[in-house]
This record gives sequence, C-alpha cells and structure tokens, in this order.
Amino acid sequence: MTTFTPATADETLSTVQWAAAEDAPLEILGHGSKRGIGRPLQSEHTLDLSKLTGVTLYEPAELVLSARAGTPLAEIEQLLAQNGQQLAFEPMDYGPLLGAAPGKGTIGGVLAANLSGPRRLKAGAARDHILGISAVAGRGEAFKSGGRVVKNVTGYDLSKLMANSWGTLAVLSDVTFKVLPAAETEVTLAIRGLLDDAATAAMALALGSSAEVSSAAHLPERVAARVAGSTLGSDAATLLRVEGFGPSVAYRIAALKLLLGKAGPLQEIAGEASKTIWRDVRDCAPFADGTEKPVWRVSMAPSQAHQMVLTLRMQAGVSAFYDWQGGLIWLRMEAGDPEASLLRGLIRKHGGGHATLVRAALSHRAAVPVFEPQAPHLAALSARLKAEFDPKAILNPGRMAPGSGSATLNPTTEGAAP
Amino acid sequence: MSGLAMPKPDDATMRRRDEIVADMRIIVPGEGVVDAENSMRAFESDGLTAYRQLPLVVVLPETVAQVSRVLKYCNDRNIRVVPRGSGTSLSGGALPLEDAVLLVMSRFNRILEIDFPNRAVVAQPGVTNLGITTAVEQEGFYYAPDPSSQIACSIGGNVAENSGGVHCLKYGLTANNVLGIEMVLMNGEVVRLGGRHLDTEGYDLLGVMTGSEGLLGVVTEVTVRILKKPETARALLIGFPTSEQGGQCVADIIGAGIIPGGMEMMDRPAIHAAEDFVHAGYPLDVEALLIVELDGPGVEVDHLIGLVEAIAYRNGSTTCRISQSEQERLSFWAGRKAAFPAVGRISPDYYCMDGTIPRKELPRVLAGMRELSEKYGLGVANVFHAGDGNLHPLILYDANVPGELDKAESFGADILRLCVKVGGVLTGEHGVGVEKRDLMPEMFNQIDLDQQMRVKCAFDPNHLLNPGKVFPQLRRCAELGRMHVHRGQVAFPDIPRF
Repeated sequence: MTTFTPATADETLSTVQWAAAEDAPLEILGHGSKRGIGRPLQSEHTLDLSKLTGVTLYEPAELVLSARAGTPLAEIEQLLAQNGQQLAFEPMDYGPLLGAAPGKGTIGGVLAANLSGPRRLKAGAARDHILGISAVAGRGEAFKSGGRVVKNVTGYDLSKLMANSWGTLAVLSDVTFKVLPAAETEVTLAIRGLLDDAATAAMALALGSSAEVSSAAHLPERVAARVAGSTLGSDAATLLRVEGFGPSVAYRIAALKLLLGKAGPLQEIAGEASKTIWRDVRDCAPFADGTEKPVWRVSMAPSQAHQMVLTLRMQAGVSAFYDWQGGLIWLRMEAGDPEASLLRGLIRKHGGGHATLVRAALSHRAAVPVFEPQAPHLAALSARLKAEFDPKAILNPGRMAPGSGSATLNPTTEGAAP
Repeated sequence: MSGLAMPKPDDATMRRRDEIVADMRIIVPGEGVVDAENSMRAFESDGLTAYRQLPLVVVLPETVAQVSRVLKYCNDRNIRVVPRGSGTSLSGGALPLEDAVLLVMSRFNRILEIDFPNRAVVAQPGVTNLGITTAVEQEGFYYAPDPSSQIACSIGGNVAENSGGVHCLKYGLTANNVLGIEMVLMNGEVVRLGGRHLDTEGYDLLGVMTGSEGLLGVVTEVTVRILKKPETARALLIGFPTSEQGGQCVADIIGAGIIPGGMEMMDRPAIHAAEDFVHAGYPLDVEALLIVELDGPGVEVDHLIGLVEAIAYRNGSTTCRISQSEQERLSFWAGRKAAFPAVGRISPDYYCMDGTIPRKELPRVLAGMRELSEKYGLGVANVFHAGDGNLHPLILYDANVPGELDKAESFGADILRLCVKVGGVLTGEHGVGVEKRDLMPEMFNQIDLDQQMRVKCAFDPNHLLNPGKVFPQLRRCAELGRMHVHRGQVAFPDIPRF
C-alpha cells in the first residue's frame, strides 16, 4: 500500500505511467471528502492530489480562474469572495452528511463529482462552468481540452466529460472555471405549512414567473426544524430565493408575495439567515445525523417527484426533502435498508430520472449499485468510453459500475500491453 | 475547393450506388430519397458556400426507426453518412461527401410536448430554434440561445454545434440549456441521455454530444429548458474614441458585478457599413461602438442603466444614448443585426471568422488584424460579442478576382492563429467543421487530438459518421487504442513517493 502525493503535473503523469506499466490500480483522491461515495475500491495504491495545489490564474474582469486540481475549494471560494465573485453553481459540501469535517474538498473533486447546489436550477452545475482541463488519462498520457475563454466550441468537450466521472477516466491536474459576480443582496420568501403537492405547485408557479427565482426548496414538516439551528421552527417551509441588486430583489419579492399570497402564510428571511438556510439545504444538513442510515440523492422532473415519494412512503419508512423546484429529492431510509430496486422502479414509473446512494454502510455500497444502472446500449457505450481513456482499468476501477473499464471490453487494446 | 483534402471516396460504395439508392427507398419509402443530380444540388453546400459537393444520395427519414435502419445499413456495409439539419453551418459541418449518404433531418419538424410546470419543451431535431420560442411565447416563455440564424437553424443542429448567440454570456450556450436528447449511434442503437430532470447519470455524454459536430451520433429528439421572458429590456449605445476604452468599459461593467443580457462591440468599418445600410443613427466619429442591453424587471434595468452610463463616461465615451422606447432599443440593434449584409453591400464577398480571445487582448488583436489587413491587401470589419470575447472579423474579398478567396482564407487562418497565441481559441460558436479543421494543431498537440479521436472511437469505431470534419488527420481506432507502455523508461521503476 503506497500513497503517491505528486506536487506537479509531471509527477502525476509519472505515477499514472508507472501504474499503467505495473497494472497497479490507483485510488484517486483529493482530500477524500467524498471517499465514502461509490462502490468500495480495492486498489492497492493511492494517488493523493492534495499537494498539487495553487491558483495559477485569476482574472476577475475576464471571469476566469485556473487552479491545480488539488487546490482546496475553501481557498478558492475565499479568494473569489474577496473580489465579490463566486462559483455560481454553489458546490455542496458532502463532509457533514458523510460524518466528516466541513470545509474540505478540492477543486478537482468539485468537477469529478459534478457538484452543484440549490442554485443549480438557474446557474447549472460544475459541468456548466468548466472551461478547460489538463489531465492524465489512465493510458498514461497527459492531455488538455477546452481553454480559458467562456465561449469555445473547438473540438470535443472533454472537460465536461470529466464531470461526474469520479476519477475513473483521467486524473485531473489543472482545471479552469468560469466565475461570476456574487449577488449583492439575497432574500428568501418562505411559504409555511404546505403539503408536498401544494409546495410543488407553488414552486412551479414561482419558477414560471419572471421573478427570477434562483433556488426553490421544500422542507416538509419536522425536516424544517433541522436547518439553520431550528430557527425556522418545525412547520413545513417552501423556500424561494431571490438574488441580485437591492432594488430588483425588493421588487421581485413583492411580486412573489402577490403571486403566492393565497398559497399560505408568508415569511421573509434576509441576509445571513437566508444564507445559512441555503447552505444547510445545499449540504443536506437535515440528514447529517452522524448515522449510516442510507441517504439517496434523486433527480427527477420536478412535477413528478412528490408523487414518487408519496408512493414510496406507503412501502418504506422514509424522510424526504426537496430542492431544485422539487426535482432534487434527498431521501433518508429510516429502516436501514436502501430499498434500491423499489426506489428505482418507482422513479421509472414516474417519468424517469436517477438515484445515487450517497451515504450507506460499506456492505450496502458493495451490494447495491450506488450509481443509477444504465440501459444496456448506454452502459456499453460508457464502458467503451472508459476503455478508451483507461484501457487497463487502473483509475478507481469499479467505483461507478462493477467491472467497468475492463480492458477486455475494448478489442482495440488486445495484445497492446507488454 | 481551395486545397481542402477530404477522405478519398470509397470505390466499392461508388460502384454500388444504384443498389444503395434502391435499398434506401425500401427503408424510407415515398418522397424520402433524392438521387437526381438536379434535386441534390440544393444540398451540395451549407452556410460555408465556398465548398460544394454532391452527395451519393440524399435521404430524408421521418421516424427514429428509419434513422436507425439507415445507420445500421450503412455501418454494416462501410458506407459513410453525413448528417444535416437546416444546413446553416458556417464551418462546413454539413458539407456532403461524394461517397456518403446525406441524412437530412428536416422532416423531424414537430414539437412533441410543451411542459410548462417543468419548463421543458420536447422537440424533434428539425424544429427551428425560433420555432421553440414561437411555440411557447403565448405563455410568456422563450428558449434562450439565439444564434443569428435562429429563424432557419434547427435545434438538432444547435446541439451538434453547441450554438450560442448574443445572449449567451447571461443565459448560456446550447449545452447549458439542453436537458436531454435521444440519439442514434452509427451502429443503429438508440440511446437516451438525460430527460426532464437535471444532470445525467454516469458520464456526461450529453455534454460531449453537444458540440460534437455530427461525428458521434444523430440526434432524433431534444428536450430543452425554457425560461420566462424578462419583463423589460433596455439598451445603451455607447461610442468610444479608441477600442481600448471600449474594452476597458466592458471590463468595468463586469467588474461592477453586472452581467448584461447582451454586450456587442463594432469597430469603425463595421459601424460605417451598418450605418450606410440601415441608418440606425450610429455615431460615425468613433472607433468603437458598444451596445449594452440590460434585461429583467423594470426597476433592475433602470438601476443598472444608471450604473453602466456612469462607467461609460468614466471610460471616456464620447456618446451615450439610452433607449427610451422599445422602438429605439430595436433601432440600436438594427445596425448590429444587419452588420453581415451591410458588409456584403460594400464588398462582393466576405468571409466570417469566429475566434474567441481573452477580452483584455482586444486592442492587441485589433492592431494585429490591421497589420494583416495591409499585408494581404484585404479589408476587414469587426463585430464582437464583447462580453465573452467572441470575435467575428469579416474579411472583404472578391471571389471573381483570381486568388482572392485563397488570400482571404490565409488571412482568416492568420487571425485565428493570433487568437490562439493570445490565449484564445479557434472557434467560439461556429464550429470547426472543414473550415478550421487543419488549424486544430494550432491549439492541440497530437496527444490531445488523439484523445478526442478516441472518444469518437467509442461511438463510431469505423469513422463512418461525418468523416473529414473536425480532425485534420483521421487515425484508425485500432492504432489509437494501442498502449505504448515502456516499462524500462518509466521515470520511477521503484514505487515512487513524492
């Protein structure tokens, strides 16, 4: 068991080349803040990128920032905040949910896990903000893709392909992100006491208005008490966030009040209190309970999600809350069984989507597909793609799908290895 | 064609043309197969009209099953296929090949579902970009990406090219507004990516498909996000004595935390051409003209107009008009939107380029362009998506003067080299196609290009789908797949610890 901690892109390349030559699988790690997500790995060696650090370019007026992959996200967010800017996709922090310290995680991990947050609705995820990468493919070759400008269609977008690849295609060495101005003001309008179906309708109404709502979440009764130090009380809270310049925010909040006045009692939450609520929604704080009870992250069409949850409740003990206008469902399985096939079957019945088992005991993660299983043609295509990047399956083998990336899937590599 | 090498036609395919045409008629009955030379002329080029080529046969399928059968038929028989939407590509992405079936998706022209609660529209790929907005505007919604060809270009083509438009700084490119697609692989397999939910499970194949220029698969259905129309929009028309001042004004607007709905710049030749053509009231004594459009609620727009006006004066603007009516706002845009035909009036032909640069490099690139203009003896006018650094130089030439097209192309290539040199890229929104194919090594080394081609190998291992586009040199997938592992040469024969 060896841990490699390269400090340069060249050392990263040498490590992967060595592993390819030795057929030695590597676990690819930043801070390890999301290490508990995915199928368990049995890699003998670890490639730890936490020493590959540093912001290499930051030009606020050009809306662009480049950093080495192991640079702490916290450091980047602090630098951006000093300049009134932010990563608009609001990357979540899995630490609290997975029983680890908050504030960890690297910028490379942000892309590899395609992180986002409540603003995903309006601003997209990491995949929507990545402009360019340098990386080492599992075949032991350093390549780059994209660039440092916000508008670029030159060649295939391999940068986006790194999003949600969980270190199974290539080891990122450098990333360039688009950055955006942080909002001057934010105010949250809470509608209290709604059931899930009424909340879904209210959120759709708000998002279908011109109030430019940047985030819409629904915390059912009791779940509401588990954010922002219980300041919300335990009545259900349907939360609508409005951000921008002061006069505009005031006007849009007023418009929302007019639109939703009949939906239920309204409450206005501004400034730090609003920020705290959304940080807790982002980080799934209601289920950050120090247990290993299975937690699912489900993405569906917003209008269908609460119906799926209603049906699920009849067959399993679940606690749930919603983000992304209802389309992101966080589910905690109260009885300890992930109920994967039940859940995934219901998702298919309700218009489709995908479920990721983001927290579960090791035994569950080994037995249950953590990532949504793909239809056969798509699974085969993904496996071919993996083999094109990592023909010897040395990068996080098996983390996303069992046996994915086996060199035998790719006839073009036969006989090529020494 | 000026020296563009396309893949050598396959003799076996050419000999079997009659048989292939007959088989296509079985797969796509009725009017869906066009093989008469006169009728195929309509398809011999796309928006890059300098290149023309008749295809082997034109096939216009109507169903996904037909698309799948055509592709499988061609895959099994080693026949090349070139997909085409509306044929508005400015980079030759839909240029036919002599030995290839031209698969035209224009009969896939229906909107399948409008889903207001989820703010999604499901459309067939041949629906025009504007057609989506038209279908939802009665409810106050629109589809945000607005390439200037939006009246004609298809949403399937937008996916292939990752199309942008003047609003993409604020609202994103096609890639940021597409939720899902259905596509057919070259082997005939039908694959769905995404849907009405956010993010795709597994690898972001949707992200790779968007902008893949028809080389990975044929899109048969597209689900897009629609947005509520902003309540109002107002524009400022700002003139500067130098392009440096205009560029600094753009930087300061963004530095103030303002992301305008649109921010366009024109240089002196473009301003004059546009003003002569549409009489928009543009100032003629400035070197750079900036249009800044703010959209959103009225109070927000009014607030930001004040901020932008102050920034403009701080940067030495000599004229600054603020639209007081919708009519006036549209008049500000009239000249910009007519810039291409306006340039067409002052020159027999023009060649439109599409590099992107870091914005701060604008003065340097404009100066470099002036030098190149003198060197080649050809004029150039510039329109510029200033917010995102996407530059559209229009090179003026006369195709009837022997050698001028070649000169214009060399001039254009030098401009793109300059863009890459200052940290930019070859194409911001028009695509590589055939036009910039041979310039790819300016931006990428062979390892970079090989890795892109390996992605192609996962989708289409025989290089049958749209070959000759994007990649300067096609390498066989078997060759690309080989791993060159030299155990003895690895820098760390013992387990290294850094």
